[in-house]
Amino acid sequence: MADDLEAKAPSGPPSDPWRSLRRHTAARIALGRSGDALPTRHLLDFQLAHARARDAVHLDFDSAAMAASLPGMACVTVRSAASDRSTYLQYPDLGRRLNPDDLPLLRKGDYDAVFVLADGLSARAVHDHAAALLTATVELLPGWKIAPVVLAHQARVALGDGIASALGAALAVMLIGERPGLSAADSLGAYLTFGPRPGLQNADRNCISNIRPDGLAIPLAARKLAFLMAEARRLKLSGVGLKDDVPAELLGPEPVKAMPENTAMRKES
Amino acid sequence: MTFHQDIGGTRHTFADLKTLLAKASPERSGDHLAGLAASSAEERVAARLALADLPLTTFLREAVVPYEEDEVTRLIADTHDAQAFQPVASLTVGEFRDWLLSDAADSAALKNLAPGVTPEMAAAVSKLMRNQDLIAVARKARVVSAFRTTLGLPGRLGIRVQPNHPYDDAKGIAASLLDGLLYGCGDAVIGINPASDSIPTTIRLLDMLEEFRTRYDIPVQSCILAHVTNTMEAIRRGAPVDLTFQSVAGTEAANRSFGIDLEMLAEAHAATLALKRGTVGDNCMYFETGQGSALSADAHHGVDQQTIEARAYAVARQFKPLLVNTVVGFIGPEYLYDGKQILRAGLEDHFCGKLLGLPMGVDVCYTNHAEADQDDMDTLLTLLGVAGVNFVMGVPGADDIMLNYQSTSYHDALYIRSVLGLRPAPEFEQWLHKMSILDEAGRVRPALENAGGAGALLTYAEGAHHG
Repeated sequence: MADDLEAKAPSGPPSDPWRSLRRHTAARIALGRSGDALPTRHLLDFQLAHARARDAVHLDFDSAAMAASLPGMACVTVRSAASDRSTYLQYPDLGRRLNPDDLPLLRKGDYDAVFVLADGLSARAVHDHAAALLTATVELLPGWKIAPVVLAHQARVALGDGIASALGAALAVMLIGERPGLSAADSLGAYLTFGPRPGLQNADRNCISNIRPDGLAIPLAARKLAFLMAEARRLKLSGVGLKDDVPAELLGPEPVKAMPENTAMRKES
Repeated sequence: MTFHQDIGGTRHTFADLKTLLAKASPERSGDHLAGLAASSAEERVAARLALADLPLTTFLREAVVPYEEDEVTRLIADTHDAQAFQPVASLTVGEFRDWLLSDAADSAALKNLAPGVTPEMAAAVSKLMRNQDLIAVARKARVVSAFRTTLGLPGRLGIRVQPNHPYDDAKGIAASLLDGLLYGCGDAVIGINPASDSIPTTIRLLDMLEEFRTRYDIPVQSCILAHVTNTMEAIRRGAPVDLTFQSVAGTEAANRSFGIDLEMLAEAHAATLALKRGTVGDNCMYFETGQGSALSADAHHGVDQQTIEARAYAVARQFKPLLVNTVVGFIGPEYLYDGKQILRAGLEDHFCGKLLGLPMGVDVCYTNHAEADQDDMDTLLTLLGVAGVNFVMGVPGADDIMLNYQSTSYHDALYIRSVLGLRPAPEFEQWLHKMSILDEAGRVRPALENAGGAGALLTYAEGAHHG
């Protein structure tokens, strides 16, 4: 899309003469000017990035399609106490509590871990990457008793605590859409909590952030997550006491690409 | 003390002063989240009618957060200047609005009044004011501060260059910094939010900016927006600290959640002042605030978010800052839901800060989950320019790639200076001319054809490295 915009507007004002500095940063530098303002193509490039972020925030979580994309895995769909997106955005606490009507869906068992796939602030991130991350992680956890996968609507991270505690799972792993930025609207976050129960704080969790093909790639994220899960089970803790210094040999040859992707607009023109 | 307002046979009752203030506040999501907002539009106006009749002296007798429990309340009460307050001492809140808008309240009168105004008085009167009132009065309340540049002068607008980078890379920071300088920005401060809030990172970035500043002899101040304890340690280790930064809030409990108290800020202020690095002034603190921070720390004591925000300015005021920046739309839609609420909050914060005598700037900004876009930012930026804001942010292309939110851009800085005829701080403006970044008409048109001036700046980025 951005490529198309660039191709269609070859006659706009030129970039600033220091455009070669763009190779040092993903920041929107040396864009050039139309008078004092942004050249049209950069104006529209920004609008496109913002539009994608806005769409990701407001996209409905398609839990039925999600369940269908996880063959062989039992799935349970639940809702938080936030009835719609506007309520969810204005009352974060409601997104942390389970809708009481859905509590009976969660049958108590004896599980090592539960994976909760939640829309968070970007259903797109979950649609695009959660199934792949879940499958890759579970493969690295032979012998674990994994609870049915829970698909959660209008969810915040702490919703996983109540879900895991209802299911009797020792570890909660929340795969949740992160707040979209302009450079990426499909970033997935993985939050791991040992001994989940309502009332825990962020300091009690570990987080792997920016999971997406152009950020932290999925195979790498899966190895990191499986390592943290094993360590949490061994040490019986999560949060600040659990260090995420994953041994390099576990991570393999794939380099970490933490840098936000450069859109075509920001390449040399 | 209970307050009543009778309207057409209906009696509206407000249990205490903080309830009255909360119900009178223009609608915003954060007050709904806290359960403090008016339950109807009529109740909101009823609260305003009752508030308008309230003598200003009420705020000297009755605290919204108990004196015994909160050091910010004690600071406000103990430093109140009764003599400065005299000109308005007999007024009600409603009469105070009338007086502020009158010709009697000129720049000199407002400057003299500032030490006599408490945050709660400022917040109260702002709740009776329309947006245009907030602009008209703030425009008269000029607050000048100085370090290596002089900020807040009439006809001037400062810009912070905010060259953040997701992993604090020297070349990445340098590239965004040069982009800003070549757009005539940086006179408020070159301020980096470090991705890693550690002491070695803080020192590494301070050394880098110091080397850059001295190499090109730029009249600017730099700041690494690390936690105050990290900056104090950097000072102890001899790092070149111009300004000490800290986020502050309007209650002791909220400040504790930031890991600070007034004593710590006083120590930091004294340590920074002792470095004597300013050339045209000695204002050496940089504070950031924002509505909603006390509620998010569960430290709001049942007080509405705008009143608590104004109390943060009392904290800032104690340490004679160079810059106070309300980061208005950063906190998210649960506190300020949409463009309308962000706009209102930005104008309120700027007005209250200026009335209290602070050098106010505003980070005109939003996140992607708020109901806001660039058009809303254009509106707020323009109104703040008219209101005489001391400084705003400059972020490349308005897209902060480290903090992941949208602020104002270097282009926005050109726009607002151009349409309102505002110029950079005088010391910095001279440097921009010397470096051939401003042309003879004072427009930003960097001349890059020679090895001196603007052209020389560009050679810096390639060689940028850490310390």
